Amino acid sequence: MAGRWQLNMGYPHPPHEKETVVLSKHFGDPEARSYSGWVKRGGYSALRQVLSMEPGQVVDVVKASGLRGRGGAGFPTGLKWSFMPKEKTRPHYLCCNADESEPGTFKDREIMRWTPHGLIEGCAIAQYAIRAEICYIYIRGEFTEPLVVMAAALEEAYREGVLGNNALGTGKRLDMYIHKGAGAYICGEETAMMNSIEGRRGNPRIKPPFPAASGVFGQPTTINNVETLAVVPHIINRGAEWYKSFCLSSPKSTGTKLFSVCGPVKRPGNYEVTMGFPLGEVIHDMCGGMRDGRELKACIPGGSSVPILNREETEACKLDYEGCMEQGTMLGSGGVIVFDETADMVYQIMRLARFYAHESCAQCTQCREGTAWTVRILERILAGEGEMKDLDLLLELGEQMTGTTICVLSDSCATPVISGIKKFRNEFEAYIVGKRAAVAVG
Amino acid sequence: METTSEHAPVFTGVRKEELDDILTRYPTKQAALLPALWIVQEDRGWISDGAMAEVAEVLEITPAYVKGVVTFYTMYHQHPVGKTFIQVCTTTPCNLCGAEDVVKAFLEHTGCGELGATSPDGKFTVIEVECLGACGFATPVMLNEDFLEDLTPEKVPSLVEKYRGR
Repeated sequence: MAGRWQLNMGYPHPPHEKETVVLSKHFGDPEARSYSGWVKRGGYSALRQVLSMEPGQVVDVVKASGLRGRGGAGFPTGLKWSFMPKEKTRPHYLCCNADESEPGTFKDREIMRWTPHGLIEGCAIAQYAIRAEICYIYIRGEFTEPLVVMAAALEEAYREGVLGNNALGTGKRLDMYIHKGAGAYICGEETAMMNSIEGRRGNPRIKPPFPAASGVFGQPTTINNVETLAVVPHIINRGAEWYKSFCLSSPKSTGTKLFSVCGPVKRPGNYEVTMGFPLGEVIHDMCGGMRDGRELKACIPGGSSVPILNREETEACKLDYEGCMEQGTMLGSGGVIVFDETADMVYQIMRLARFYAHESCAQCTQCREGTAWTVRILERILAGEGEMKDLDLLLELGEQMTGTTICVLSDSCATPVISGIKKFRNEFEAYIVGKRAAVAVG
Repeated sequence: METTSEHAPVFTGVRKEELDDILTRYPTKQAALLPALWIVQEDRGWISDGAMAEVAEVLEITPAYVKGVVTFYTMYHQHPVGKTFIQVCTTTPCNLCGAEDVVKAFLEHTGCGELGATSPDGKFTVIEVECLGACGFATPVMLNEDFLEDLTPEKVPSLVEKYRGR
């Protein structure tokens, strides 16, 4: 097993001079993957420190750092932890969300592949802070390499006494298990993930009750993203003020963040920058701009579920929660999808809609029917059989799919369609009036 | 196709021990359902009705419940597939970088002809898969458990030959 993933692993790029390297410091360093290599690099010192603190003090440090959830919603992490009951009357759980499936996002995969012990340490600290004996790391089934790397690291962590009934010799119980997903984007939604861990279909649950009151197995639960948890040891080691000092724009967005850049740029990959860094510089400087001398046309900065930006908005966008809002989009998961001048926006938006139609759990009517109809109408337009009123129909449908369902998958399908029609309407119209030749949609 | 009565139990010996260990991780037996189904698929290549009945019995849930879960998750095979199961990511980021040409190359060189079909020699099944989460390394492809990156149509013929021999 071990030999195989090493052969298949893509090697990350050396850091660009404009990157601020915290999480990605050891990407590409095979030694950092082992327990001894990780300890040599300062690993597990934060956990040791935390185990001598009060859980509430740990929560306060994370609160003070300004860390916000890196999975997409940007909810303040310390605040989320503080929702867990202070009195321990029943089991508490931590779920690490490693179901990374948002199109355009591939940062958690890199964290798990290169710094598995960093993630384990972050999970252990969070467990202690929320008083959870058990942490489930939910890794999507397609991530065969991260699954192997994480399983090996967990085995080491148990063997070295970091985890188990006597974590680091403190008498505290910290157990951690991998729960392997089986191909369902929706299981990245926290309540769907809890159902999946319980051995159910991955249908999202209605909130309230919120997970901190009744989560997995009906017990108080916190769900955090891989990147969020992996940065916690750094915050403990260096302090909240240090982390907070990484801020180029809005004081509400602090720290560094990994941005996964994909699409036809010269050097796609993960880039770690300080919050507030200009999106244009990531695309043009770090990634080397478009391939084959082409022009930038559009960009989705936060994974496929956020509104598309046109070229001007892309150039003006600052990469933090507020900077993205200013341009009418969201930071989301930090999955930057870049489109060049040759991209057929209608076709690519249809592919995105197809993704959501495929991944809808089909619980809510607006989503089950809405995603399927969105795809059919877009395919009709691409086939040259669309009418002008189809565009209004798509917008109306999108509106009805927004804010009307249990989770936001339905909204996420409507978002690229609505923003796509608003910003690239001429491309849709070209198919409708026959200015653009119909394309085969298989 | 295998019927329930013909099913030879999966959970004996080492497989049983594996499941017993998994059961210690959860407060309910039902929670071991996804891991149990993974064991079945690893052992048999797919999940038959007979296997679902066995899993149901072991975990004290109903076969219908198990089927409901199996059909929800796309990675569980409800039918036998080719010896090498090929999944090509064609979601937007990969599509922007030419993923559909990679699919065509696989369909042609494996002899599968169409998506979801198994090649006449039983060696391959090719499907399009939604986002594999490796968008910066377009086009990522899974051949069984092997996760490959940066595939182009040119790389497909030799890759197919390599796996044909397995």
